[in-house]
Amino acid sequence: MFKRSEQDKRPQVQIFVDGVAVAARQGDTVSAALLASSVDARRSTAVSGAPRLPYCMMGVCFDCLVTIDGVGNRQGCLVPVAEGMQIEIQKGKREIGR
Amino acid sequence: MSVAPKRDDYDVVVIGAGPAGLAAAATSAGAGLTTLMLDENIGPGGQVFRAISSTPVTDRNQLGADYWVGSDLVQALRASNAEVIQRATVWSLDRNLDIAVSIGGASAFVRAKRVILATGALERPFPIPGWTLPGVMTAGAAQTMLKSSALVPDGRTVIAGQGPLLWLLAAQILRLGGRIDRILDTTERGNYVAALPHAFAFLTSPYFAKGLSMMREVKAKVQVVSGVTELAAAGDGQLASVSYVAGGKRETIPADLLLLHQGVVPNVNLAMAAGVEHRWDDLQLCWSPVLDVSGNSSVAGIAIAGDGAGIGGANAAVVRGRIAARAAVESLAPAAAAKLPAMAALRSDLAKAERGRVFLDTLFRPAPQFRIPKGDTIVCRCEEVTAKDVLDSVAIGATGPNQLKAYRRTGMGPCQGRLCGLTVTELMAQARGKTPQEIGYYRLRAPVKPITLAELAAVPKSEADVKAVVRG
Repeated sequence: MFKRSEQDKRPQVQIFVDGVAVAARQGDTVSAALLASSVDARRSTAVSGAPRLPYCMMGVCFDCLVTIDGVGNRQGCLVPVAEGMQIEIQKGKREIGR
Repeated sequence: MSVAPKRDDYDVVVIGAGPAGLAAAATSAGAGLTTLMLDENIGPGGQVFRAISSTPVTDRNQLGADYWVGSDLVQALRASNAEVIQRATVWSLDRNLDIAVSIGGASAFVRAKRVILATGALERPFPIPGWTLPGVMTAGAAQTMLKSSALVPDGRTVIAGQGPLLWLLAAQILRLGGRIDRILDTTERGNYVAALPHAFAFLTSPYFAKGLSMMREVKAKVQVVSGVTELAAAGDGQLASVSYVAGGKRETIPADLLLLHQGVVPNVNLAMAAGVEHRWDDLQLCWSPVLDVSGNSSVAGIAIAGDGAGIGGANAAVVRGRIAARAAVESLAPAAAAKLPAMAALRSDLAKAERGRVFLDTLFRPAPQFRIPKGDTIVCRCEEVTAKDVLDSVAIGATGPNQLKAYRRTGMGPCQGRLCGLTVTELMAQARGKTPQEIGYYRLRAPVKPITLAELAAVPKSEADVKAVVRG
């Protein structure tokens, strides 16, 4: 859906999405890194299980919710990627303790 | 990396580091007031100057001169003594000017003598059939990715809607080598006539020449369909096509990405939760705070600057930030105010910056069918409530947005009404034959952004706090 412009010279950062290594760039938000990658980053909603991707990318819509380093329901569009970060795509409701 | 505020008390706390907040904090700190700037994003700039200190887009022409103005504002803030904390989410503000802010998963509490809210705007909901499908996003979302990560659309891309941002985004995508297959312009034909009486002010504003040349740049490369009166996205779990009606003719085109935009509206959540009075704005079709000429709200000590005070654009936001900060300096350190630009000069700057706004508001007033959906179209994205669900609830007695919560949970999901509130107000107003002002809005409360119970539980408590809730 999106591609990186050639002028982007930022260093690479490796993150893991459901255990699979994904190349992001320093300064990417988690959501931007997911949308720039080829992984299927669609979460499914807690209410009906409908598939969703980020909608607003500015912290208001909450359609970018992901589990980051074990913490659920984080807004991926507000969190910058970090080396070795573990991302889980959320399917349905969160479990207690996460 | 997260740093809590250095003090418990500040003269001025500015919330939001967009154009208004940057200008307000630099003015207030420059006048010697202890100033704290809290901002939710990774870096300063808000939406219009997003990633101004870190963008990988190095060719300055691609983002345009209006964008780079932001670096001067950031420099002015950095040169001042303001304390700036990024990735700081304010989740509570009350009438005592007590502020709760979440930083790195822990909450801190500060008190201010004056608060300047510069929480800006968000894109107006665009509730069309299929707008929740993966592959449908706001134009602002695409622009955010373009500015902060130099990402551009490369699949089959359709941009639909109206307003200046849409043309700016299209131009930027093309300049960065991105793909746009078609632009669907939803501006109502009648709006051109309605806007005509306000055209002179616009023609003599700086927006006119810039807007015209940008539209020319885009139209030379992309097919633009004007007079679009119906719009729908479709696909099975993923956007596959966009269908529209223009000039009475329906057309369906394959698409991987649909970017929607029909203007921006004030982001009211924090101000409303603090008890600031808002009124329905019939021209801008949104809730705007009731403010005096210096931006002071109905709650003593809380001022609002920037688009959160009513949509005025980035230039107006900067001046409103300076006005609100000057008013704070006048009340807290009158001697220091003498060194600042005079209020009369700032007000004349504001009048200049707001020139042409009525024309834009009238021309780009979104059509009713794109604000007030029908049938199975989702209104509340979080709780997945449709227009029909809302109307059914009205039929059995729901009187306004707050009652509707009990019927359907609209506005009670994580976005707290940001993506459905205006739609619910207008839909219920139409169904009940009332004005939006009479129908009202959700009663908003802290926390205005979700925080974990673990974070709340970790908040330091006194013995009295514990005694109040523990038995025995």
